[in-house]
Amino acid sequence: MSVTPPQFLLHHDGDSVGVAVQDLQPGTLQGRSVKQGTEHTAILNQAIPLGHKFALMDLAEGDFIIKYGVKVGLASAPIKKGDYIHTHNMRSYRWEASRA
Amino acid sequence: MGSKPRLTGFRRPNGTMGIRNHVVILPLDDLSNAAAEAVAKVIPGTMALPHAFGRLQFGEDLELTFQTLIGTGRNPNVAAVVVIGIEPKWTQKVADGIASTGKPVAAFSIEGKGDLYVIAEASRVAAQFLMDASEIQREPAEIGDLMMSIKCGESDTTSGLGSCPTTSQAVDRWVAAGGTVIFGETSELTGGENLIADRCIDDACRNLFQSTYDNYIKVIESTGANLLGSQPTQGNIAGGLTTIEEKALGNIAKTGSVPVVGVLKPAQAPDPSKPGLYFMDSSSAAAECITLMAAGGAVIHLFPTGQGNVIGNPIEPVLKLTANPKTAASMREHIDLDVSGLLRYEYNLEQAGDMMMDVIYRCVNGRLATAEAMGHREFTFTKLYISA
Repeated sequence: MSVTPPQFLLHHDGDSVGVAVQDLQPGTLQGRSVKQGTEHTAILNQAIPLGHKFALMDLAEGDFIIKYGVKVGLASAPIKKGDYIHTHNMRSYRWEASRA
Repeated sequence: MGSKPRLTGFRRPNGTMGIRNHVVILPLDDLSNAAAEAVAKVIPGTMALPHAFGRLQFGEDLELTFQTLIGTGRNPNVAAVVVIGIEPKWTQKVADGIASTGKPVAAFSIEGKGDLYVIAEASRVAAQFLMDASEIQREPAEIGDLMMSIKCGESDTTSGLGSCPTTSQAVDRWVAAGGTVIFGETSELTGGENLIADRCIDDACRNLFQSTYDNYIKVIESTGANLLGSQPTQGNIAGGLTTIEEKALGNIAKTGSVPVVGVLKPAQAPDPSKPGLYFMDSSSAAAECITLMAAGGAVIHLFPTGQGNVIGNPIEPVLKLTANPKTAASMREHIDLDVSGLLRYEYNLEQAGDMMMDVIYRCVNGRLATAEAMGHREFTFTKLYISA
């Protein structure tokens, strides 16, 4: 397989987050969805390390965050497309009582 | 996949098959660790399994300790066992539980004799067991003879993208070839437990799975703890995982696509007449979980990691794989398979599965896992509640 290594991956088309598979600087990125193999382009607003996530769409506080095509958490603050997503703006919806 | 691999193992008297040939010195209780470790020093080549429990427990918690000790001794990777306990009754109970496999077992108790006498007597027997075990030859083995277990740790987002899907390939191939695989980590299914319930083979299995999961979560929540302090772990968070649901989806990505054929209690052995994928109710902590799976009879373990876990087990080889290129480079001595090329699209998932199977076959046939070479022998009991 001779494919240009992607800078980010998403599990399913339609996921609200992409995952950095390299240490990334802000700017335009090339990515792929693992499930469908679709090529994606995205703009990253902040530098993030390998393995960390960023938003592929605008999210309001309380919106579900979708990864693997399923809900994996809630936005705990408004999130702009391209923003870094982690514990500062995302939380579990299952363990409601457990708030950081 | 290419031609059928040649697999070998050690056939035990009850027909089960192991991939290692350990002679184990098994303390019944914490008090007997010193004598057990002394025997293993006098007779190098045997292995003591010190642990922290075995005294003054009660009810299900005590039964689980017995089950863990007996299951460890019964594991097909073990050729023979010397059990040493403080008093004769429980010591004999564990020895009897192991002896029904037909493998050589001897029991020694310390009360009224002292460590030194017991060390001398047990060492004579241990030497005999070791020499006898050294004559057991490897025989041809089938995948259906060899029970596998899986559990991931120090996961990050690369686990769900690479190392867990690679493990999935191995799980599906193992089960398709007639093998049995155990997965667990009850609390770490949270957010994806419905996906496992959907894969249960019938309603009885599904109901048992759901009640097992619900009960575990109820126990955790009854403590009133803030679960965010421990799930995801600080290592998971450093690796980019934010919530338990996100972690669970990665975890579940390693369980293959085959149905779940049964639900096991901690340390319970699967039904040998019903091969396939089993869920074991178990801690999500690596050493506890693998100790329980080995006690259930698993002889080879696949351990996907992201940030880099160093776990091993004394009797069950633990193969670790990662898709995180930083971990693969910085913790090379702990990693048996680097699948970070998956994230760079250097090869596809099926090819990563082929690489995984090759590493498994070599380990089955005797090549040491990194955890074995590095001396990682974590043997950790699960306690269900406080002692008497």
